[in-house]
Amino acid sequence: MMSDKLLSIQGLHTCFQSGGSTVRAVDGVDFDIHRGETFALLGESGCGKSMTALSIMRLVPQPAGRITAGRILLDGQDLLALPEHAMRDVRGKRIAMIFQEPMTSLNPVLTVGLQIGETVEQHLGLRGKALRTRVIELLDAVGIPAPAQRYHEYPHQLSGGMKQRVMIAIALAGEPQLLIADEPTTALDVTIQAQILDLLRRLQQERNMAVLLITHDLGVVAGMADRVAVMYAGHIVEQASRADFFADPGHPYSRKLFESLPTMGKRDRQLAVIKGSVPSLAREFPACRFEDRCDFAWQLCRDKAPRWLAIRPDHHARCHLNDPDVGKPAAPAAAAAMAGTESAVANAGGTLVEVDGLQVFFPIHTGLFKRTAGHVRAVDGVSIQLRVGQTLALVGESGCGKTTAGKGILQLIRPTAGSVRYNGNDLTRISARQMRPYRADLQIIFQDPYSSMNPRMMVADIIEEGMLAQRIGRTAGERHARIDELLAQVGLSPEIKRRYPHEFSGGQRQRICIARALAVNPKVIICDEPTSALDVSVQAQILNLLKKLQAELGLSYLFITHNLSVVEYLADEVAVMYLGRIVERGTVEDVMKRPQHPYTQALLSAIPQIDNDTGRTVIRLEGDLPSSSDPPRGCHFHPRCPQAMAVCRQDYPARTAFSDSHSTHCFLYK
Amino acid sequence: MNTMPRYKNRPVLLMLVMLVVAGMAVTGVIAMFGLKPVFLWTDVLIYLLVLVIAGVVIYSRQHEHLRAPWRRVWRSRAGMAALVVLGAYVLVGLLDSMHFREPLLSVDASESGGHSVEVLSVFDKLVEPLRLRVEKTYSAPLAAHLYAREMQELPDGTQQRVYPRLQYGGAHLRDPETEQSADIVVTVSAGLMKGIGIAVLVSLAIVMLLARHYRATSAATLARIVRVQTAMAWHVVLLTLAIMLVGAMVLIELSGKYHVFGTDKVGQDVLYQTLKSIRTGLVIGTLTTLIMLPFAISLGVMAGYFRGWIDDIIQYIYTTLNSIPGVLLIAASILALQVYMANHPEAFETVADRADARLLFLCIILGITSWTGLCRLLRGESLKLRELDYLQAATAFGVAHVRILSRHILPNVMHIVLIIVVLDFSGLVLAEAVLSYVGVGVDPSMISWGNMINGARLEMAREPVVWWSLTAAFAFMFILVLAANVFSDAVRDAFDPRLRAN
Repeated sequence: MMSDKLLSIQGLHTCFQSGGSTVRAVDGVDFDIHRGETFALLGESGCGKSMTALSIMRLVPQPAGRITAGRILLDGQDLLALPEHAMRDVRGKRIAMIFQEPMTSLNPVLTVGLQIGETVEQHLGLRGKALRTRVIELLDAVGIPAPAQRYHEYPHQLSGGMKQRVMIAIALAGEPQLLIADEPTTALDVTIQAQILDLLRRLQQERNMAVLLITHDLGVVAGMADRVAVMYAGHIVEQASRADFFADPGHPYSRKLFESLPTMGKRDRQLAVIKGSVPSLAREFPACRFEDRCDFAWQLCRDKAPRWLAIRPDHHARCHLNDPDVGKPAAPAAAAAMAGTESAVANAGGTLVEVDGLQVFFPIHTGLFKRTAGHVRAVDGVSIQLRVGQTLALVGESGCGKTTAGKGILQLIRPTAGSVRYNGNDLTRISARQMRPYRADLQIIFQDPYSSMNPRMMVADIIEEGMLAQRIGRTAGERHARIDELLAQVGLSPEIKRRYPHEFSGGQRQRICIARALAVNPKVIICDEPTSALDVSVQAQILNLLKKLQAELGLSYLFITHNLSVVEYLADEVAVMYLGRIVERGTVEDVMKRPQHPYTQALLSAIPQIDNDTGRTVIRLEGDLPSSSDPPRGCHFHPRCPQAMAVCRQDYPARTAFSDSHSTHCFLYK
Repeated sequence: MNTMPRYKNRPVLLMLVMLVVAGMAVTGVIAMFGLKPVFLWTDVLIYLLVLVIAGVVIYSRQHEHLRAPWRRVWRSRAGMAALVVLGAYVLVGLLDSMHFREPLLSVDASESGGHSVEVLSVFDKLVEPLRLRVEKTYSAPLAAHLYAREMQELPDGTQQRVYPRLQYGGAHLRDPETEQSADIVVTVSAGLMKGIGIAVLVSLAIVMLLARHYRATSAATLARIVRVQTAMAWHVVLLTLAIMLVGAMVLIELSGKYHVFGTDKVGQDVLYQTLKSIRTGLVIGTLTTLIMLPFAISLGVMAGYFRGWIDDIIQYIYTTLNSIPGVLLIAASILALQVYMANHPEAFETVADRADARLLFLCIILGITSWTGLCRLLRGESLKLRELDYLQAATAFGVAHVRILSRHILPNVMHIVLIIVVLDFSGLVLAEAVLSYVGVGVDPSMISWGNMINGARLEMAREPVVWWSLTAAFAFMFILVLAANVFSDAVRDAFDPRLRAN
């Protein structure tokens, strides 16, 4: 069986010097990858999974990082013992790597063909015509249409999905035995993600290549992996075959990851959360690393590190619970965390915000005199109603205009046409001064908790800002009392208010942002992908918080997202957006269970599912989202639609209603 | 809770008060000696600048995001050495910025109140011997004879061309040929001894003060400094200070007997000239920035934040200004000022007044031509900032524009301003030298490195060459610019978030 093992990692330790302290990013990692298998390394951000990959490639950033111990055996040869020039032959030729961000991984001033050719020339020694032929073959292999033409194009002429395909082509150029894919689809939309995962699967089978897939997404693991290792705080806590792992996860952390995923079935209760956040790797761990966040932890977990125990053949976990030699506490304190809350404000009243035919166009200026040559039709006639105490989810892929629509409603961007009626006033027709009092009622939470707070201001000042602008709280004392109250409401200690944003983790920052929005007592909060930058366990905390606040304060949310599982969990109504227009809307039941528009159907089927036995057919969409400066004639979706008809190329379909709440724009239902 | 920051600033406030009191005291003392204090325009602006810097210090101490990078500066060894050197220059510059006029020594005691037209500074008074011991013409550094031969009548009535003895330089020697070398060695040694003595005393005083701050014994504090365990690079500070004190003492000892850097065409001590030039250089380097900052910051930030027609107008202004050759604009303005001065002699009481007005005008013109670079940088940064979520959040709260500009944009571009100001300083000092060389710089009567170089230019062609004016000016300017550059590097390393790894 020795020959079956392609890569064997034994006791790998990688350290970092950061601001005087040593960060043990990889702290004793062991695993094997067999020929032709997909091995998934699953973990939250900061757990050391990317650093493991860089250690294998010996690309740990110098001089801060250093591999301090361990062996990395590729076909029995220790990579750590190789001199640098020999390592250069390993990289690209025997092990290749693709990265998360395809936008920055390609050199913008070189053509695609040149960049792939460089690697081919290096590893296969091809020249001239043979080189060109080989590059075009590679482009074809990664599914790029018209490869001979694409050869001469520059990265900016390609979409994100295409760029990732080019990156894969470069990785394949040396015909590697092992491909390391570090979050290859995280920066891409679901429909594109499905394409790329398909491609990876196909290439792996064709070439019998081993793949080390690094991801945080359980759905991707379920669809791709043969074996799974779960990484937490610098080491592996569980390792199993995919079937075993999804059937019966052995470590409390893995179980919690499953429980914290939002789904339709969990709508009426709180999501299970993993309390706290990932511990800093700068400290030493004498005992179990998960102990302070684990519901099952007892004294032994604080005293002694658990052993690496076999639960069944080929399924190992690092937890005292699985150890037959230790006594377990009488009653694990588990069930307490699952206490449910009553459902959100029931059948809450009428329409609060009514958006009608909202259009936001950005002019494209050309020439010396900035003549307007055309418009980017970011939002092109969106009509939605937001009801009191309810959540409307606005769903769509990146670039479809959903964020612009949110900002247009708030008048952060002045709409080109249409109306936004709130309390009987059309917000699009009033001046900035008249708008000011309404600003308190309509608030927003942003996607990126790192850029949404001024790094130069203390938490108290950040929260106080809106109160000052809206003249809430007459004295400083009154305002500070309110700030304490708000921080408690979002689950933070009032002591933190004299600290700066950079001292907090992503989840804590998002809580501060929520407190800031709540400070002016809003009625409506526009949540612009508030959880997409967060880990699954932290996402659950924020979703719980949003749900709790809605129940307590009767808030209405416009929840802008591309994550459909969050929609299932949180939303009452759903509007699906494609290229600036809403293609389907209805209650969450309608849209998620009985999708009518082909785009909605494709979107839903493209989400990687954890339970593979449902046996659904997956609708693969070809191509990318067209540009909103030049939308296709007729139905915007027809170039990608599997059911496109002749009429779809001519006209935009009118609205078809299935019920009072459920409607779509598609000729299939005329 | 809210009073906490106020307590933290006590020492700084105290320093500020002491500074103001000291200023008033100096003015008082000047007045007491029957001297008439003179406040030149640039003096007033320099004091204003000192106040502004004190204000910035107070503000920085209150804000952790500013304190942290400064702590990194204090830790940088090269930066601290440069800061000590800069401190010495600033000290000379400040002493040279307290001006007064001496009363005229009139024969008739009752007729008092008249003051000399010559404006002197405290620094002039301190180095009075240097200023007053004027030779006839050129003499080489440490020489005892003039550099030019003169016809002299010998006691026997014959005439001979000899190198005459200097009036002051080496005047105490009976036979310079034999005694001079030994005398110089003795003087330098004496200077070294005194210098080392003073350096030790000063270091001890600093260590004792630090010991009080750390609440430790002096010995323990000294051990900490030597083992480099202090938050600030004190070992470098003490070492640089010691080297400078020893150097200064050697210079002082030598200059008591000789012209260390020789004398110039009219016999004035070159050391005195180089020291006087320090103020000119500093004024040009600092006041220009003070004048340019309001333009650059307000226009740059506004252009980036408001966009639209405001951005268009501001961009047109600075592209237009940028397309005019700077030297031409400066030359034209200075010439216009000269014409104005020639037509209105009554507006300027003394020569110093006139020279000062010209210096100030030069600063203004340099400021007007040099704000565009910073303005452009700030516009770009503001364009980036205005799209950030926290600005959108502020807009969503209905926060007023002025408040957004002052609370969100300005603090987030301040690191760029600081880096550019420190970097620009050395460029401006060099610009003064170049402009004075071309003849459109400071007033010819004002001592500056540029004027010294301009004056020495013609002598480069003569044989034997007169090299010391040029060398001395160059050396002092070089040290200042080098120190400013090293310090600005340390500041940039500490403040630029992109350079801050991890």
